[in-house]
Amino acid sequence: MLQILKRSINKLIITTSAFFVAIFSNNLNADWFALNMTRGSTAVSEEVFELHMLIFWICVVIGVIVFGVMFYSMWRFTKKKNPEPSDFHESTKLEIAWTVVPFLILIFMAIPASQTLIKIYDDEEGDINIHVTGYQWKWQYEYLEDDISFFSNLSTDLDEIYNLVPKGEFYLQEVDEPVVIPAGKRVRFLITANDVIHSWWVPDFAIKQDAIPGFVNTAWTVVDKPGIYRGKCTELCGKNHGFMPVVVKVVEQDEYDSWVNAKKEEAYKLAELTEKDWTAEELSARGEGVYQVNCVACHQVNGQGIPGIFPALAGSDIVMNDKERNIEILMEGVQGAAMNSFDYLSEVELAAVITYTRQAWGNAENGDGEIVLPKDIVDYKKPKI
Amino acid sequence: MSAVIENHHDEHHHGPAKGLTRWLYTTNHKDIGTLYLWFSFAMFLIGGAMAMVIRAELFEPGMQIVEPEFYNQMITLHGLIMIFGGVMPAFVGLANWLVPMMIGAPDMALPRMNNLSFWILPFAFFVLLSSLFMEGGAPNFGWTFYAPLSTTYAPPSVTFFIFSVHIMGASSIMGAINVIVTIMNMRAPGITLMKMPLFVWSWLITAYLLIAVMPVLAGAVTMMLMDIHFGTSFFNAAGGGDPVLFQHIFWFFGHPEVYIMILPAFGIVSHIIETFARKPLFGYTSMVWAMLSIAILSFVVWAHHMFTVGMPLAAELFFMWATMLIAVPTGVKVFNWVTTMFKGSITYETPMLFACAFVVLFTIGGFSGLMLAIVPADFQYHDTYFVVAHFHYVLVPGAIFSIMAAVYYWIPKWTGNMYDERLGQLHFWLSFISVNVTFFPQHFIGLAGMPRRYPDYALQFADWNMVSTVGAFLFGVSQILFLFIVLKTVIGGKKATDQVWEGARGLEWTVASPAPYHTFSTPPKVD
Ligand code: HEC
Ligand SMILES: [Cu+2]
Repeated sequence: MLQILKRSINKLIITTSAFFVAIFSNNLNADWFALNMTRGSTAVSEEVFELHMLIFWICVVIGVIVFGVMFYSMWRFTKKKNPEPSDFHESTKLEIAWTVVPFLILIFMAIPASQTLIKIYDDEEGDINIHVTGYQWKWQYEYLEDDISFFSNLSTDLDEIYNLVPKGEFYLQEVDEPVVIPAGKRVRFLITANDVIHSWWVPDFAIKQDAIPGFVNTAWTVVDKPGIYRGKCTELCGKNHGFMPVVVKVVEQDEYDSWVNAKKEEAYKLAELTEKDWTAEELSARGEGVYQVNCVACHQVNGQGIPGIFPALAGSDIVMNDKERNIEILMEGVQGAAMNSFDYLSEVELAAVITYTRQAWGNAENGDGEIVLPKDIVDYKKPKI
Repeated sequence: MSAVIENHHDEHHHGPAKGLTRWLYTTNHKDIGTLYLWFSFAMFLIGGAMAMVIRAELFEPGMQIVEPEFYNQMITLHGLIMIFGGVMPAFVGLANWLVPMMIGAPDMALPRMNNLSFWILPFAFFVLLSSLFMEGGAPNFGWTFYAPLSTTYAPPSVTFFIFSVHIMGASSIMGAINVIVTIMNMRAPGITLMKMPLFVWSWLITAYLLIAVMPVLAGAVTMMLMDIHFGTSFFNAAGGGDPVLFQHIFWFFGHPEVYIMILPAFGIVSHIIETFARKPLFGYTSMVWAMLSIAILSFVVWAHHMFTVGMPLAAELFFMWATMLIAVPTGVKVFNWVTTMFKGSITYETPMLFACAFVVLFTIGGFSGLMLAIVPADFQYHDTYFVVAHFHYVLVPGAIFSIMAAVYYWIPKWTGNMYDERLGQLHFWLSFISVNVTFFPQHFIGLAGMPRRYPDYALQFADWNMVSTVGAFLFGVSQILFLFIVLKTVIGGKKATDQVWEGARGLEWTVASPAPYHTFSTPPKVD
């Protein structure tokens, strides 16, 4: 606590001075004109935008009238200008009028709102169906027709987040692998979550659906214009809630087809890798990457975890000496704890990350130092007799 | 029999006890009101300090002063403390001071319970705040504590959080029972229901809301407790439970809760406007009916907080229409206030300034609320800063401005001294400007696409976040001035008359200033 306080005060001084520099230097690439909702890029998002503007202007008109009367009264009926107040304090006619008129206005708003909503809820099969799963703190996309599956992680560098290097144009809005969809096709998203509740939002499509463990919500879209569309997780999902963006890449059909083929090729290569004879170094090197993406959020870069919430892997007895239990934890997760199953990773990735944690931070020296091969994971997955 | 009466009589000549025990053992509604008000102010400062941490972190893109996990603890505690420690106890404090005096009763009906319901509160907040120092940190799942983030994935301190919510709930329920029993049984002869001052009406309705929904909240946290410690799966999908059920239960409490935080404000503002317009409140009867309809509607709109959880179309339509309906009685109230000013004879002392700001800014919050009710548009607004702007508009220049207005309005009656009008006006203008600088840009940030509860954000949101932070710090500093003004008034100042305000009506203005320790030992005559 004290440390945080001290650090806070220091940083506050720095940021305050930064503010004045920013104001006067005027070289922020931020935007004073980012004021309104996006029109988006689909028929639905256009309609939602129009609806938003309609309600907004109705509110503005009502506001102008009500505040107009109020400000006029405040100016005209001061004690100086009107020393004798009237006793006018009841009028059934007025009360009825200002009950009925707003009611009519509301009906006028409710009609287009309900129509648009009914359109959004028109939920048929898509040409392409994609299963979207929220994880702490990344998204998984599975293409039901094509047997493609991958994760999408934030790709912004930690150094940018901690202000050590300048921030890029798409700071916090970029991922290692966007979800790709073809233009002009009806795409249906089946949205769920694996741990806590997340929410999948792409403003340009006017889609925001909560991703809830145990439920599958659906949303659909047809995007005509190829391009990159950026969105975010909008349901508080823990510490990296702000760091699990959504990026959708819309491409023409032929480009989409070749992307699908390339992804299938990749899966095939991975299967080959599982057969390969791995050395401890090769596995560790590969595992470090897997660890950075999947584990650091909780167990931290140095393997020390966060006391009281996430246990340290450095010096953990299981990690150093109990290969079987270690594999089991990764495959099954720990019931009732934030440690979820990672069985969706490939055999190679699993073997690599376990080997890495068994080798890193002095674990190899203090423990049995054994490595885990992709084959071990394949064996684990075989039905036990 | 006569001995008993004798005894009673004797007590009236005892003033308050001396020293600390006066406050520990007190059963006097005025003392307990004072305790509630000071306690809520302390919580307001602590919750405000947390808001400063939040806004400082959001001053610029990038992580600067806190880590994301601590940030989440700050947003959670800020919300819980402001709602359960700031706004609600402040209103209970005002009810304690004012309800007996307004209805000509000698005290609250259940004075010992009154003492208890206050003194368990500091304990509840001590437990909640101490979780900051526990292993794993304080609750970090937002004040709405959605499961399973608040159950399976919560830090160990969640159990203490549950405990403290239970205590707060017990305190609120006791306070509410006390208000209802007092109002129903202890009105002076002649004060029929439809002659009650509006503040009393607003609190009567609020108290019923509290009794209806605080047990629901208690149920929700108890189910969490069972999930965490006793192996049940109410909210755990892996065990066949339902995470959405949590949200239904929570918002069945949560929506009436937001009216609990605004109805007493309606009462306060009605009194202040009629006093300074020197004209009886316009449409008293319709004001009462409007509050009643708002309270009843508040039980059938809860799912408008959940439009994106994937409810069936019929449910979405129902909750949209029901929510839009609330605009009607709310509109009636605003029109009545405006018409009260029309043809009045208005002066602008500090309470009136706050009340006028309340009407305008609360209405702006109402407009954004109406926009949020429109489901297709809500798909874009939901969980963005647009929502943050909306509820801060109804809570800060809404509920909190009304509390400040009430303090300026009644403090001469409480202390016998006038507050410093020049400083009061300064405090108003500082607060008014800074509250808008803080929260108005948040509409823009939200519409442009920044989600709430983000410790860091994309570059296009930078400019308005910076403005918002500057406003927030100005608002924070202005409240130190408020503390100073109140202290100055407590210590001394121009002596207040009994009537205090030229246009004031109501029984509380017929007693001496400061109000004697015991008032209305014999019921007043009311015609
Ligand atoms: C969402 C946070 C989170 C992530 C991500 C995570 N873990 Fe864990 N991990 C935990 C928690 C919490 C526990 C403690 C479970 C318990 O209660 O026993 C744990 C326990 C473990 C243990 C057992 C340690 C011991 O000594 O008991 C191992 C091994 C482990 N994790 C490995 C990993 C690996 C490898 C990864 C990445 C593929 C990973 N974890 C990702 C939260 C996480
Ligand atoms: Cu998320």
